[in-house]
Amino acid sequence: MSSTIRGRVWKYGDNINTDIISPGQYMSQPVEKQAEHAMEAIDPDFSKKVKPGDILVAGHNFGSGSSRETAQMVLKHHQIGAIVAASFARIFYRNSINVGLPVVEMKDPSVIREGDEVEIDLLEGKIINHTQGTEYLGTKLPEHLIEMVQLGGLEPYLAKKLGIK
Amino acid sequence: MGMTMSEKILAKAARQSEVKAGEIVWVKADIAMMHDLLGPWLIDGGFRRLGGRLFDKEKVVVVSDHCTPPATVQQADILKFTRDWARNQDLPYYYEFEGPCHQVIVEHGHVRPGRLILGTDSHTCMAGGLGAFATGIGSTEMIGVLLTGETWMKVPETIKVVWDGELPHGVYAKDIVLKTIKDIGHAGATYQTLEFSGSAIRGLSMDERLVLSNMAVEAGAKTGLIEPDEKVIKFLRSKGVTDEIDDLFSDKDAVYTRTLHYNASDLEPQVACPHEIDNVHPVNAVEGKTVDQVYLGSCTNGRLSDLRIAADILKGKKIANHIRCLVVPASQHIWMEANKEGILDILTEAGCIVNMPSCGACGGFTSGVIGAGEVVMSSSNRNFRGRMGSPDGEVYLGSPATVAATAIEGKIADPRKYLLQGVR
Repeated sequence: MSSTIRGRVWKYGDNINTDIISPGQYMSQPVEKQAEHAMEAIDPDFSKKVKPGDILVAGHNFGSGSSRETAQMVLKHHQIGAIVAASFARIFYRNSINVGLPVVEMKDPSVIREGDEVEIDLLEGKIINHTQGTEYLGTKLPEHLIEMVQLGGLEPYLAKKLGIK
Repeated sequence: MGMTMSEKILAKAARQSEVKAGEIVWVKADIAMMHDLLGPWLIDGGFRRLGGRLFDKEKVVVVSDHCTPPATVQQADILKFTRDWARNQDLPYYYEFEGPCHQVIVEHGHVRPGRLILGTDSHTCMAGGLGAFATGIGSTEMIGVLLTGETWMKVPETIKVVWDGELPHGVYAKDIVLKTIKDIGHAGATYQTLEFSGSAIRGLSMDERLVLSNMAVEAGAKTGLIEPDEKVIKFLRSKGVTDEIDDLFSDKDAVYTRTLHYNASDLEPQVACPHEIDNVHPVNAVEGKTVDQVYLGSCTNGRLSDLRIAADILKGKKIANHIRCLVVPASQHIWMEANKEGILDILTEAGCIVNMPSCGACGGFTSGVIGAGEVVMSSSNRNFRGRMGSPDGEVYLGSPATVAATAIEGKIADPRKYLLQGVR
């Protein structure tokens, strides 16, 4: 995973839970099928409109609910570049780091508008809004996770730790 | 400075004499639990790429519960994959068709005070009702746990939730937890432990304590803990656990981020309304709302005492004509006990349908999902949009008593009028 990400913004509200991101009724299907239904409860066009590299910007408690990593799998299937939110639910945050889906918290994501072109520096926790010509400070990645994120997630990190090529 | 129960358990798991909230530690799991939908099927590739050797198969428990019984070929494939994986790994603890994993691991004695339990399901926190530090993790994180037995954890701060007094008749643990979540908010305990205490909590049965710990994650919490007492020891002995069980309690001078105090005798039946778990109101605020389906079950509220309460209310009565009432005991063991007591007869004579123990309808997977525009009154733990099927359906949550009263009227109903004074 690169430590900077640049993409176009789609905006969402608070409490985007895992049943919205990855509805239970499709979880036993192949990931490309599941991905067609991602976010559809609140945004039926999601799977058609998102492009690789797009960035989701949301409010509080993003990813609340289930521990299902299918939530990350469908977002990664759509090649979502990163998620910026006021706060994340605990398990979702861990899972995202573990699978190499960048997540950044910032105090007031409402200043970012839909369609803005945004660049994120994960290590510095910096968010640059190229459309508005502004810059915001997000939370820095916790120090003990920097190596994991730089390597691309928990699996490559474990491979290194266990000496497996 | 004293330690909380969370700090004590994580200190032990980190092989340190003490840890403090906020510290990041590497901890060793006592139990690694997976279920069919988020277990072997998802992790096998990564697990094998990293060597494919379990850290300790005695500490790995797999429960097939989400795809049981399979409603589609894909689910049948997942189930078969899980079963074959458990066999190929020569796992001593594989359960299927027995009920939701959280209940199954409690009944089989895997959950004990002081243990660190990691599971690929957010409601793994239910095990905290017996004093285990139990929390949900993702499938990728589980790969690391399976290989090394370890993961990193930030030692959580603790919110103390004190319920003193005596619950009025018709009011239960579910009402306690819904009211607590309403006040804390559905993200109010994120990264923290909820520790339930007070005389009302000590007075609860094992069945009811598990309702509180089960739903801790609905306030965002990492786990929900209750100090284990003689009821827990007695329960474990009844399950054949003979090992010595160490005392576990939070020290008197342990540090809490905040403490909430409640008087249980003031509590009324509570209902969580669509589509958020903290959108909680006293039952009277939503009384009369017409429903299409009633669901009595789940790892939250499908235990024997829950079925007994429903049978007390439904005995000799009929459910409303226009609805379905699905009853799903939380385990095969509970099913058998309820059958012996005649509870299943009472419920079926009232017009309920008894389904096999499974996560099915609660998570919108199998056996009773809802269509667009349908309304459910459920004893389960989550009412998110689309949770039980169509995103255009509505899920209300309440106690088994509220669910049973609603089944009679076909409309959300206050259970107190169906219960004799003093009967709990």
